[in-house]
Amino acid sequence: MTDAVHARINDIVSNNDVVLFMKGTPLFPQCGFSSRAVAILERVGAPFESVDVLQDAEIRQGIKSFSDWPTIPQLYVKGEFVGGSDIMMEMYEAGELKQLLSEQGVINA
Amino acid sequence: MPMAADDIAALIRAAIPDATVEITDLAGDGDHYAARVTAESFRGMSRIAQQRAVYAALGERMGGVLHALQLTTAVPN
Repeated sequence: MTDAVHARINDIVSNNDVVLFMKGTPLFPQCGFSSRAVAILERVGAPFESVDVLQDAEIRQGIKSFSDWPTIPQLYVKGEFVGGSDIMMEMYEAGELKQLLSEQGVINA
Repeated sequence: MPMAADDIAALIRAAIPDATVEITDLAGDGDHYAARVTAESFRGMSRIAQQRAVYAALGERMGGVLHALQLTTAVPN
């Protein structure tokens, strides 16, 4: 069962350049940390796919073992785990998030 | 079920003995905390690895009894 969920998650992060696993939707985030993650991605102008883990109990559990990370939100860029909202904020403030996204061709520098 | 700030700090220090831990109760409700963890042993580790070390110290509590922890990790200047 875990393998099946991990395969689903792997498909999602492989088929989308930027994926945010979050609680709620970008328009209606259900948690302050998810809300902050959305705001950061919007600020850097990165188009992203979001997955509402509150609508999918399997992914909500599976993403934690898939990433070896106990909290949500979680950001993936080009299939690589970037971090949660605190790391996103630190990277944003240091200019590293924009750098990563432009290096990956997701946004224009 | 909330967790006391001192308990959070003690768990982190137990797992990362050289850590300096500052806990802030963000909402004053004993349920929404910010933790700043500074440790020489973080040097050379990625941000993800540093935060994983803190999460490992908190174990199953993270996302359970401790649902809102804003986490900052750093190496001493």
